[in-house]
Amino acid sequence: MPAVCFYFQVHQPIRLRKYTAFDIGKNEEYFDDERNRFFLERASRKCYMPTNAKLLELMEKYDGKFKVTFSLSGIFIEQLEKFFPDVLESFRKLVDSGCAEIMNETYYHSLAYMISREEFRDQVDMHRRKIKSVFGVRPKVFRNTEAMYNNDVAKVVHEMGYNGIVAEGLDHALEWRSPNYLYKAKGSDIPVFLRNYKLSDDIAFRFSTRDWREWPLTADKFATWLSSSNGELVNLFMDYETFGEHQWTETGIFDFLHHLPEECFRHGNVKFMTLSEALANFRPVGEFDVHNLSSWADVHRDVSAWLENSMQSNAFNEIKSLEEKIRKSGNRNLIDTWRKLQTSDNFYYMCTKWFADGDVHKYFNHYDTPYDAYMNYMNVIADIKNRLQARSRRRA
Amino acid sequence: MKVLMFGWEFPPYTTGGLGTHCYNLTRALSGRNVKVTFVMPKVSGGVSHNFVKIVHADDAKFIEIASGLTPYVSSIAGHYTPGKEGASSLYGSDFFEKVNQYTECASVAVMKEECDVIHCHDWMTFPAGIRVKKDKGKPLVITVHSTEYDRNPVSPNQWISHIEWEGMYNADRIIAVSEYMKARIIERFKVPASKIEIVYNAVEASEYAGSRLRFGTGEKIVLFLGRLALQKGPDYFLRAAKLVIEKEKKTRFIIVGTGNMLPELIDQCIELGISENVIFAGYQESIKEYYKMADVYVMPSVSEPFGITALEAIASGTPVIISKQSGVSELIMHCLKVDFWDVKEMANKILGVLRYAPLKREMEMNSYAEISNINWDVIAEKTVKVYASVGV
Repeated sequence: MPAVCFYFQVHQPIRLRKYTAFDIGKNEEYFDDERNRFFLERASRKCYMPTNAKLLELMEKYDGKFKVTFSLSGIFIEQLEKFFPDVLESFRKLVDSGCAEIMNETYYHSLAYMISREEFRDQVDMHRRKIKSVFGVRPKVFRNTEAMYNNDVAKVVHEMGYNGIVAEGLDHALEWRSPNYLYKAKGSDIPVFLRNYKLSDDIAFRFSTRDWREWPLTADKFATWLSSSNGELVNLFMDYETFGEHQWTETGIFDFLHHLPEECFRHGNVKFMTLSEALANFRPVGEFDVHNLSSWADVHRDVSAWLENSMQSNAFNEIKSLEEKIRKSGNRNLIDTWRKLQTSDNFYYMCTKWFADGDVHKYFNHYDTPYDAYMNYMNVIADIKNRLQARSRRRA
Repeated sequence: MKVLMFGWEFPPYTTGGLGTHCYNLTRALSGRNVKVTFVMPKVSGGVSHNFVKIVHADDAKFIEIASGLTPYVSSIAGHYTPGKEGASSLYGSDFFEKVNQYTECASVAVMKEECDVIHCHDWMTFPAGIRVKKDKGKPLVITVHSTEYDRNPVSPNQWISHIEWEGMYNADRIIAVSEYMKARIIERFKVPASKIEIVYNAVEASEYAGSRLRFGTGEKIVLFLGRLALQKGPDYFLRAAKLVIEKEKKTRFIIVGTGNMLPELIDQCIELGISENVIFAGYQESIKEYYKMADVYVMPSVSEPFGITALEAIASGTPVIISKQSGVSELIMHCLKVDFWDVKEMANKILGVLRYAPLKREMEMNSYAEISNINWDVIAEKTVKVYASVGV
């Protein structure tokens, strides 16, 4: 009897404003409230509000049998508080219903794990505090930014007191095995949830693809696949924006969601669980061994979308090398800015791999080219370096 | 397939990109079993021998017309031959008479030539093409590399734009060198969109192979290369230079090419107080060295139907900043794009490339990879498809 674990990632970066060479030394405003509000408003209107309403309806309709898990980045919550508190309220309602669970992640949806252990812990703590204060819950399961994962991430997260962690169902690590079980991380005792990338991407990416031979994907067809899946649990992990933004209303994605629980229950053997419920119900069946950092992104499922080309590594090294000085400054605004710059999206904008294909990422990317993104980022870094220098001069 | 092609220049006697275009196109077409007879004005010197030898296309045949046409200054960088009135005139003094003469001579010269299709390049050959179309009853294809409205945005010559319209009206198919060109043809000449096909330009990257050069002083080099005319935006380039120099004093701006704006550009440099940082290199035979020396190539054109210099710079391993008002900006993704009038943003982008080495490196590498698919054989293939579409 397969359990279905839906986990939705909800995140919006705090985007940089256009920051030119002529702003350096003159302008300490790095972020673009107007643009961030624009992206957030659009996503709220197209995805968050209608999907939250739909989920709440389903949870009530099926009397607590339909459940999902969320992870909301700290900066996402922060922006909702600032611009759209009513949207945050609708997330709160879902959690209060008892059918939606919340996970922890880094507050800034960041690459903090690669900055330093200390920085990673600080950002996870920040997120933990934020979730506690907003939703009144203490999550047990962790997901690192973009499901970035290896044995060491698992170990660190376990040491921080988490009982579960999310990872991509990597073929090379699974070999012949199915992602539809709990596994245990190699080198630590933390259970790992593996994303069933095939079934997840059927919804997230292929749902409206007309030349896909399974198109149109109906709820009863998908429920049949779930019902006949091997193993104990099917992990359907995806960006929340799948509903209404990646797949527009016109594709029928909301109708699909509306009918899915009903179709699943019709089969009798499908059950929805939150991730911590799954932890209580299943035991790891084997070991999951990953050395190089993996992720759930693109076809490569590694970290190359953020840290491959020389602009990305240069920008990352710059931000990393500032850690000591930033911490020493003790300036809360500088520390916060520095952390916002660690947000993974900043590096994704600099990715040159898919750019020429003019693909869907354009919808979420406000830069003309990855080169503009990098230049803008480096101009901001240059200004921050100036400020740090001026501070240390003043002190001397 | 036999093509009767009308042009007015052919290497080595070129003053602009059109000759290079015709050379590369005919050579690539011959590789696809298309026999081209190329009709061009007579040029002083032993032309016909040279052609066959230089082109290496034994099946391309050249017919010279004794009209002594003085070519107009074409859109390609730096190649500029002043007319009799000197640099102040875009066209030679007796130019219009010579276009008429070319039309007369060309149509007589090809009377006995067999062909399946007639193909003309730009307005000067349109009257000849139209006449030969009527004589032979064969379909006419014209390539519009630029229009009078691009070359002379301030005071377009009505006689020329009328000839352009006649060519477009009589053509069975129009080849535009970009979406940008197509849109302008539709807007200016009211030609139905269905009649226009887009075939971009290409560059033979191997011709720009070779190692990079260093500028002696170790300064960073920002290059402009083109005719010094309003269309090319050299004045915007200088205004951006001023802003860059305020931030990075050790930057050298090199301007290759000449044209009627030269005196006022020199004045502008003095006014802006940037004369020390700007070099007017004048017209140069060999532009390759300049591309290879530059840290960044800037093409700030006000209106650029294509902009082959951007491809030449990329082929030379130089990152490019190009005007959004250009055809080439549709084709190249791995570059920086800017509105020609946005001088501050142009300066910002120049500073970015000069300051951040990884940016330069990634742009060079990725744009070079990007142009590897843009070659003349692809252009020839598309051109043959256009011929086929008119029933050849």
